[in-house]
Amino acid sequence: MAMLHTVNKSPFERNSLNSCLTKSKEGSTILLIEDAVLGALKGTVIADKLTTAMTTKNIYVLGSDLNTRGFTEADILDGIKVVDYSGFVDLVAEHANVQSWL
Amino acid sequence: MSDDVKKFMFVNTKAPYGTVYALESLEVVLISAAFDQDVSLAFCDDGVFQITKNQNTEGSGMKNFSPAYKALGDYDINKLYVEKESLEERGLTLDNLMDLTYEDEDDDWAEKPSIKLVTRAELADLMDQQDVVISS
Repeated sequence: MAMLHTVNKSPFERNSLNSCLTKSKEGSTILLIEDAVLGALKGTVIADKLTTAMTTKNIYVLGSDLNTRGFTEADILDGIKVVDYSGFVDLVAEHANVQSWL
Repeated sequence: MSDDVKKFMFVNTKAPYGTVYALESLEVVLISAAFDQDVSLAFCDDGVFQITKNQNTEGSGMKNFSPAYKALGDYDINKLYVEKESLEERGLTLDNLMDLTYEDEDDDWAEKPSIKLVTRAELADLMDQQDVVISS
């Protein structure tokens, strides 16, 4: 069973999303929460890196954290899926293990 | 204003909600308004996210403090410098930011925009001109 990775820091300020992208295996799932949701936006300096990652990994973003910061599903990269809190729980239940990148 | 007016700049570099820096800075800015100083704000790096429009905290249950930025104009805080490069790196434009305005009581009493788009180099010059710089 694949691993679920969560990231909660802005990729424009910290390197934790980058660490996650380089150490997560193909087929794993990455969920962006808290300030990390900002990395899912279109047109950013890290958009290409995420688009590449999406070819081998599943990327999700927590919708309520996105809305809190003034953005919606329309503002994020195509291919990134939005989940709510129950979707977060489902992801945790569906994966063998969770690794938190802080 | 008396001779002891100093130029204060509050430099905001952090995204809101993930940490408490943005909210704490805003509270200090509102307090500073009571002292009749020459106050300006700068938004650079992830600080530009503090003033995005449409912030909706219903789902997260956090306190939405973005409306408080709209009150700054009423406290004569009307110099909000936003760094152009920081917006661009984050895929943002001025359209993503709230319409923050003030009433120009020294001139024609018209509502004017408080946000001024500046380059990184211009922001460096503005910081250099301050008596006090407070970063968060």
